[in-house]
Amino acid sequence: MDVTEVLLPGVGMRYEFTGHKGERVGVVARRTGDFELVLYDAGDPDEGRTVLELDSEEADAVAEILGAPRIAERFADLTKEVPGLGSGQVEVRPGSAYDGQPLGATRARTLTGASIVAVVRGEEVIASPTPQQLLRGGDVLVVIGTHEGIAGVDRIIRG
Amino acid sequence: MRTPVALLLELGVILAALSILGTLARRLTLSPIPLYLLAGLAVGEGGVAPVPASGEFVETGAAIGVILLLLVLGLEFSLPEFAVGMRRHVPSAGVDLVLNAVPGAVAGLLLGLDGLGTLALAGATYISSSGIVARLLSDLHRLGNRETPAVLSVLVLEDCAMALYLPVIAVPASGGSWWQAALGALIAITAVLAAFTVSYRWGHHLGRVIEHPDEEQLLLRVLGLTLLVAALAELVHASAAVGAFLVGLALTGETATRTRAVLGPLRDLFAAVFFLAIGVSVDPAELVPVLPAALALAAVTLVTKVVTGRYAARRDRVGRRGQWRAGTALIARGEFSLVIVGLVGTTHDTLGPLVTAYVFLLALAGPLLTRLAGTGAPRPRLGAPAGRPAPP
Repeated sequence: MDVTEVLLPGVGMRYEFTGHKGERVGVVARRTGDFELVLYDAGDPDEGRTVLELDSEEADAVAEILGAPRIAERFADLTKEVPGLGSGQVEVRPGSAYDGQPLGATRARTLTGASIVAVVRGEEVIASPTPQQLLRGGDVLVVIGTHEGIAGVDRIIRG
Repeated sequence: MRTPVALLLELGVILAALSILGTLARRLTLSPIPLYLLAGLAVGEGGVAPVPASGEFVETGAAIGVILLLLVLGLEFSLPEFAVGMRRHVPSAGVDLVLNAVPGAVAGLLLGLDGLGTLALAGATYISSSGIVARLLSDLHRLGNRETPAVLSVLVLEDCAMALYLPVIAVPASGGSWWQAALGALIAITAVLAAFTVSYRWGHHLGRVIEHPDEEQLLLRVLGLTLLVAALAELVHASAAVGAFLVGLALTGETATRTRAVLGPLRDLFAAVFFLAIGVSVDPAELVPVLPAALALAAVTLVTKVVTGRYAARRDRVGRRGQWRAGTALIARGEFSLVIVGLVGTTHDTLGPLVTAYVFLLALAGPLLTRLAGTGAPRPRLGAPAGRPAPP
């Protein structure tokens, strides 16, 4: 995918690309840390229609939502090498039985044989968490194991 | 310490009035500058509501306002952006200079101003208000538009032209014979070029001295340095404003970004006081005789700015509607036209009222017209390709 960078002197940068459905998309990144998403109409291709305005905090949140599955995808690439091994993501729902409990309390590995190799929490990724690692609602656990093992971890965390 | 009750009261009323006017202007996506000027006229000499106690404060505040405006202008400057502007838009800058400075100069000659007054008027009609225009583009959601880089490039090149123009005009304005003026201008331009070099090669060293994790420390250091350099510049007849601009140029990178953020609110406050002071310094009675000239000059330079903007946008292969948007966006004149008059106005009677009226008209007309240019359905473009390639 080609992304064109356009300098906006005194304001920031604009990134433009054409989506797979043919729509022209622009992302304005301002010096202040705010972002604007614009779409270009066919009627006047020079004029952008602002569809979304994000402050820096919101932009971080969106980037995280779009970026987090990619971390799991990268693990998925890794596990392709070993037949029978897979990776999956299990979300710890806020208010669930393990919200606020240490990872060890789930006894996930003992019961299923699958390993929790990372905890994705907001922007940070806790790699190789120890059994003492406290879980919080909203955490996404990256699990590696057999398909039954991953399903088992999912059942345990759901409670 | 005695608390100056009258001063506090007057200032409180003035700031409250400015805030109401500012809110009103922003609600209509207009610039508050014309309203600040009007407020100045109202509270000034011969106005409807004189404020004797705060006169001194407004005068001092205006001087600080000019210094902060120029400091931030220097901070905004970045070499890569300048380089991009130079690469694509030197012809646009030439068209801009010729079309917009010449009417001012001709008007100066017709009005019988001397060389300095003519030069000042040419500068005032040339320079668009980067403050008003940048805010306008953001408010009207035009940052995504194809014509916007062209508009911003023209503004950046104008600001660079100001860097060389201000010292040239400031020196003769401070008095002295022609050779003193020539020598002073030469020194000032050398100082600007030296500051460019310093910021380019050793900017990070200066940044290290100024930089401090604490915002209060950063503010004190930058302001202290700026006021010192400004005072020194004024002492050698090179204008405090130019000194402040040099400090802004010399600060680069992360330091410049943080300083901009810290100085922002302070700049807005004192710039408002500066606009107020310009209004105060003009006697409403002097305004009436210069109105026809101001109207004519505004009408002519409105058209020439539109031509400039359309030309710059066309260079970026922007379509017809985008060209109109770019042209009308550039109409607004504002802070720097007034700074120029602030520098030379004291020696010229008609210049102050003339440029105040002129800026009032165009700071009002610019945002209005560019808003109109952005409305209406796009005409179907028969036979035209659905998408034009973006400029590289």
